[in-house]
Amino acid sequence: MFKLTKRRLLSAATFAAASLAIPASFAQDSGAKDKVKAAFVYVGPVGDFGWTYAHDEARKCMVEQLGDKVETTFVENVAEGPDSERVIRQLAQDGADIVFTTSFGFMNPTIKVAKQFPDVKFEHATGYQTGSDNMSLYNAKFYQGRAVLGTIAGKMSESGKAGYIASFPIPEVVMGINAFTLAAKKVNPDFETQVVWVNSWYDPAKEADAANALLSQGADVITQHTDSPAPLQAAEKAGAIAFGQASDMSSFAPNAHMTAIVDDWCPYYVKRVEAVLDGSWEADNVWLGMADGEVVMSPFSDKMPEDVKEAAQKVYDDTKAGTYEVFTGPITDQSGEVRVPEGETLSEEDLLKMDWYVEGVKS
Amino acid sequence: MTLDLLVAILMTVAGAATPLLIAALGELVVEKSGVLNLGVEGMMLIGAVTGFAVAYVTGVPTFGALAALCAGALVSLVFAVLTLSLMANQVATGLALTIFGTGVSALIGAPFVGITTATLGPLFAFDDPLMRLVFGHSPLVYLGLALTLAVWWFLRHSRRGLVLRAVGESDEAAHAIGYPVLKIRYLAVLFGGAMAGLAGCYYSLVLTPMWAERLTAGRGWIAIALVVFASWKPGRLLLGAYLFGLVITMELQAKAAGFNMFAPEFLAALPYLATIAVLAIISFARKGDANAPACLGKSFRATA
Repeated sequence: MFKLTKRRLLSAATFAAASLAIPASFAQDSGAKDKVKAAFVYVGPVGDFGWTYAHDEARKCMVEQLGDKVETTFVENVAEGPDSERVIRQLAQDGADIVFTTSFGFMNPTIKVAKQFPDVKFEHATGYQTGSDNMSLYNAKFYQGRAVLGTIAGKMSESGKAGYIASFPIPEVVMGINAFTLAAKKVNPDFETQVVWVNSWYDPAKEADAANALLSQGADVITQHTDSPAPLQAAEKAGAIAFGQASDMSSFAPNAHMTAIVDDWCPYYVKRVEAVLDGSWEADNVWLGMADGEVVMSPFSDKMPEDVKEAAQKVYDDTKAGTYEVFTGPITDQSGEVRVPEGETLSEEDLLKMDWYVEGVKS
Repeated sequence: MTLDLLVAILMTVAGAATPLLIAALGELVVEKSGVLNLGVEGMMLIGAVTGFAVAYVTGVPTFGALAALCAGALVSLVFAVLTLSLMANQVATGLALTIFGTGVSALIGAPFVGITTATLGPLFAFDDPLMRLVFGHSPLVYLGLALTLAVWWFLRHSRRGLVLRAVGESDEAAHAIGYPVLKIRYLAVLFGGAMAGLAGCYYSLVLTPMWAERLTAGRGWIAIALVVFASWKPGRLLLGAYLFGLVITMELQAKAAGFNMFAPEFLAALPYLATIAVLAIISFARKGDANAPACLGKSFRATA
């Protein structure tokens, strides 16, 4: 009688895994393909109206552009950590040619799985390291959009004081605060940004209370680096102006909403999948911005005066053309020390580890 | 500090305190009857999404609030059947109810993400700050205060309240005298569910008029902590809820004013530290008795 022991089970499982993995790794060559299977791993629900929503819209847009040359699947609501490793491995095993993992916390699991599947391409969003040459990194320069918001805020604010609802003091958020403030100060040298940390990416009630606190203390512009539309609703009630986060949120605040920074990952996804199609895919680490069409602004509100619209459009156009960079010296920090001398521009490397605030930021 | 700013702060305090107060009042009655329902967060989410959906579809926010009330009671009925009739463990079932509520509310709410509805805002609008402070709140704020008074009177001065307390202190004795222990506990759990549902719709109809997954962001747990903080007394609950509201608001106001005397993390932790401190003080003063109902969390089966 065949007895089921742990050892037998394990060896059977190993054999099964090996027999699955071997054909997968021999069956491929690095040349061109007729059809690509692309898989996406999302941290939130596709209906979050923010980060994950933007990635899924880009996936749909890519399918529209590439037609039947691409077949996509996605898994939503994947928790960051060990569970994501299982999901990523499953997708690779199921024959995906390229896997996009779209949240910071998926980085280590992606590195692990990428090593196990050398013939599958992996693309990780917002991470900082890879472990093998079949894994790429991609991110977007959202701070360029913050410079547009700052310009609008500087022009429209009467009190010269903006309230900034921030999540966590990581470089991504810090550089956003700085870009916003620098751009606003170019228009109004006395401009101040008051930051309130809510220690959460998502807590509608707290975000709304923070916005109300800022508004009651004299801010007439509200901007945020948190994910819910609650601060916009607070601004709408108080008659202040505000900006959408990650997607157009004007339905929540038709009067207050001026514009929003919108993540458009579509051009990047099309480009990368096409590269797999023609066999030219190579691991890379890209940080794309307005010039690449990855960071765009949602339509400017009719409530915005013409001259403000023009100024905001100019920042957008110049950033796109490469003639405007908000982190160009002279830049002084909160203590008045010059951090970036006249004529110099902060390097991408320095931006990605930014841990100081420019003059005008109160936190 | 100007009058306008002071009024704005006090208005925010009332806004932050009301849902905590309503949810905690419900949980207080549940616990007084000897049942521990840790599913407040889940019931609040169900109330929030139902309230929003009904208000959106009918266009009448009051209907939304009523629907939230009923939805909360309905989910709590699941809890009641499992723990009271089938004698499942109350802690585990309560936690399961929270997880269930989080998932189901996300499912029901999927078509309602990204839209707004009419709100259950103030009935009267005033320009004068003092008038606004007294009359300019959402009706739910006044309802919360009225409910506190009603619950206090019920538990302290009514015969039925006395019976409910007796059931929570000694279910065996109450049963022996001839009181219907399970029926009373069923009613208490339903009341708790209804209050949690109502508290939930305060978020989706008043504070942040929208629906998004996990809208209440853990406030249900604060409500449970609040019951312990108040040592099961409605008067202290009112005080505690407004105190929690004040701390939450002052944390943000202090940051907005650029006032950095304390680490913001410390201010955020303050309500929880206060709960622990109060528990310790009460236990110490009464030599180990924190006024908890003696039968809290225990299943009851009639033996005779």
